[in-house]
Amino acid sequence: MGYIIKGEKHNWELVIGLEVHAQVISKAKLFSGSSTDFGGGPNTQVSFIDAGMPGMLPVLNGHAVEQAVKTGLGLKAKINRRSVFARKNYFYADMPQGYQISQYDQPIVGEGTLVLDMPDGSLREIGIERLHLEQDAGKSIHDLHPHKSYIDLNRSGIPLMEIVSKPDIRTPEEAGIYLKKLRSILRYLGTCDGNMEEGSMRCDANVSVRPVGSTELRTRCEIKNVNSVRFVMQAIEYEARRQVDCYESGGTVDQETRLYDSNKGETRSMRSKEFAHDYRYFPDPDLLPIEFDEAFVTRLQGALPELPDDKLARFTKDFGLTAYDAGVLVAEKENAEYFEEVAKGCDPKLAANWVITNLFGVLNKRGVEIGDSPVSAKNLGRLIELISDNTISSRMAKEVFEAMVETGKTPDAIVEERGMKQITDTGAIDAAVDKIIAENADKVAQYKSGKVQMLGWFVGQVMKATQGKANPAMCSDALKKKLDA
Amino acid sequence: MRPMATTASSAFRKLSSKGAPVTHLTSLTIADAREKLAKKEFTALELTEAHLAAMERAKDLNAFITMTGDLARERARESDKRLSAGQGGTLEGIPLGIKDLFCTEGVLTTAASHILDGFTPRYESTVSQKLRDAGSVMLGKLNLDEFAMGSANITSYYGPVKNPWKAKGRDVELVPGGSSGGSASSVAAHLVMGATGTDTGGSIRQPAAFCGIVGVKPTYGRCSRWGVVAFASSLDQAGPMTRTVRDAAIMLRAMAGYDPKDSTSAQLEVPDFEAALGKGVKGLRIGIPKEYRPAGLGPELAALWDKGVEWLKAAGATPVEISLPHTKSALPTYYIVAPAEASSNLARYDGVRFGLRVDGKSLDDMYAKTRAAGFGAEVRRRIMIGTYVLSAGYYDAYYLKAQKVRALINQDFTDAFEKVDAILTPTAPTPAFGIGEKSDDPIAMYLNDVFTVPASLAGIPGASVPAGLSADGLPLGLQVLTRRWDEETLFRVCQVLEDAAQFPLLPAV
Repeated sequence: MGYIIKGEKHNWELVIGLEVHAQVISKAKLFSGSSTDFGGGPNTQVSFIDAGMPGMLPVLNGHAVEQAVKTGLGLKAKINRRSVFARKNYFYADMPQGYQISQYDQPIVGEGTLVLDMPDGSLREIGIERLHLEQDAGKSIHDLHPHKSYIDLNRSGIPLMEIVSKPDIRTPEEAGIYLKKLRSILRYLGTCDGNMEEGSMRCDANVSVRPVGSTELRTRCEIKNVNSVRFVMQAIEYEARRQVDCYESGGTVDQETRLYDSNKGETRSMRSKEFAHDYRYFPDPDLLPIEFDEAFVTRLQGALPELPDDKLARFTKDFGLTAYDAGVLVAEKENAEYFEEVAKGCDPKLAANWVITNLFGVLNKRGVEIGDSPVSAKNLGRLIELISDNTISSRMAKEVFEAMVETGKTPDAIVEERGMKQITDTGAIDAAVDKIIAENADKVAQYKSGKVQMLGWFVGQVMKATQGKANPAMCSDALKKKLDA
Repeated sequence: MRPMATTASSAFRKLSSKGAPVTHLTSLTIADAREKLAKKEFTALELTEAHLAAMERAKDLNAFITMTGDLARERARESDKRLSAGQGGTLEGIPLGIKDLFCTEGVLTTAASHILDGFTPRYESTVSQKLRDAGSVMLGKLNLDEFAMGSANITSYYGPVKNPWKAKGRDVELVPGGSSGGSASSVAAHLVMGATGTDTGGSIRQPAAFCGIVGVKPTYGRCSRWGVVAFASSLDQAGPMTRTVRDAAIMLRAMAGYDPKDSTSAQLEVPDFEAALGKGVKGLRIGIPKEYRPAGLGPELAALWDKGVEWLKAAGATPVEISLPHTKSALPTYYIVAPAEASSNLARYDGVRFGLRVDGKSLDDMYAKTRAAGFGAEVRRRIMIGTYVLSAGYYDAYYLKAQKVRALINQDFTDAFEKVDAILTPTAPTPAFGIGEKSDDPIAMYLNDVFTVPASLAGIPGASVPAGLSADGLPLGLQVLTRRWDEETLFRVCQVLEDAAQFPLLPAV
């Protein structure tokens, strides 16, 4: 909080609402049986319905409805047992029917809430206004021919959920956290893969500013189709500054649609209000209203997976993790699953530490996701077991871990190969201790004269003599016993 | 049996070559032809050839946009194979015309619009497929008002269709009604044994009345709309147009049925409509709506209507005066709802993927040029009306209000059917008029549908039966309406009227 733009006349705060278009995970399109696979050759996944051929009629994909209801439940939102598809009419070359089938005044999901975990540990609730189902348009490709455009209808009819927040977001950072949290929930639910690069999640940001202390809602600008969390934050930052400058210099802000240019880091006017489409929404007469009973909702509710907020609560309560560590682990479903796999047979706090510090460090460095981790959860768990049962020391463990990253081998194999087993045999340790004491009479004298901190030096010598394999605690015990005798 | 049939068949063939007796084949009803084909009195190919010959002779009617003679012969031969193997369907070998609003695989489909130039679908509409599956033989694609928008079949890009009827003593070409004008004209003139029509506000019933044939608009949802070029989705409904009530019952049964590809089609068993015939109307209560007697209703039609009531009474039914108080709002309501849906349904004709394209300087320019060149005046008018009534600021006053009135009209019928089993009205306020008349006055044209539109808005079934002739010898029709999904009663009432009227069908030419 506290993101204030200082002007000459006022201090300004931001009012932000986000509209996220999330592609529903579904094999088939919203109103036809065509495939939704990414990356197919142009116009290879197009039915007569998707191409808007004469006489073709949409038939609703029931799975997409389930996915939307699941998402609504995940957002703790009101599920509308009756909702209506409406046509949004406008012309575009890659929209074959001349209208988009969407939902207007009767969406499938109503008001809900998303909780943001702020970096300072506080929680912030952002209202969800609605979620509705709609079909995607195709794609126009303008740069393949000097004066022609190509149309690819593979995306035409792909099911999308439009998730609209209330204008509760106040800072670019909150916008970023909102998007990440929403993406996390969608991935947990398995209703959207949240892949912004492939366009399966896109964001429009509605931005306005107002003097701090005011409750008015001033004219907003809509920044369309931003395709990364970072760009959304940057676009909001730029746009807010621009609007403040307008007001401060005595001007006004016009309601318009703007585009974010990530190369220049600025937003540009795309369409002013005068040229805004009149979409002429009306209920689609080709489709019946979506209606389902409470049992349908109850069944989906029952099958809902554990969501990040609940998982976080469980990790802190059952595993004794800090809220921060738990938050880091649950943010991505795959990370949380990995962690739980690691923690199965070992100390969960130690496991959290290893996953967050060591494993995430390696993944970041390599720029890979946890799915491509060079170290399996099972192996990492085993490594931690080896530490806990004193087979290896923490220091040795770091070396073993590095070898695991490089080779993908099990920790046992590496320990075995490199003969790294910690020496816990008292005989061997005692022999090493006796040798060091015998060779360093002067140091022994110093210790005996009261310089007890010399113990550390003796431990170091024993470790060195055993190539680091001796158990440091056992060395220390043995040395004390002999030196104090 | 077999040698006899062969003899009969060859006899027909022999006679056919001489010419005249071909008319025997084109004058048959579907029911008769079905029987005679089964008895092998003639072949499906002979039946088809006779109709193709009639089509050639009657080209002047302009009833067809596309004739598919070769395809028809091929299918007739297949029918003959099935018939001789005893595997014929319910319409095996019956030559039919298909309104050119139904998409037909591999056959040009135009909706009588320039904008669909060269459009040959790679799919077959559910209804035409069902008719094919029943063994019928498509002779061609029938002319209509452009995108089914019109009541006189004068808006077709392919020119007006003529009514085979002429007024006594006047050599004026008359309209066949519309939008299923080609269907009505070709059935009346014995070019086909039956035809598909579509009815959005009266497009089956009104042309049936104008051409002196039977036209049935079943309950909304009875026939699949899949593959039928859409005009107004919440109103469009396919139905049969035939020369007899029995033929309509036979044909509707083949056309109807649930289609998972059309979300608005009903998951109901299709009754054997033909089996309902002959049950009469004894004990039925027949509603006579007092609001259907407007000032513009000619005395002849008023008299015919009274006669219809008498016929039903004589057959044991009880006439009951009823009120459908929102009738006067039906036409204005229809002319908001239908154009609104049409304005959206016709957005796909944009020059991008199929049909006509007129190049332009930009995408918007291409759209404007293509649509200006591709759509005729009436279609453009309705797109503009529809766009207007859905616009921000007007939606509530027009579209939303129209939906509310539509619900009231529906309620009128629900209330009426508490008291009666069927409703009898005239089909259209006048008989057929001359080509060119009323064409500069859209409102006068829209008034043609004043009696048919309310049932369309309510989604209930309705039929027109030819019931008499005007003083100058033109067909007049009576309309029967029944409860939703009660086409059986509809057919019963229609048949009683048909029997009583003894309507003089045109002779086969």
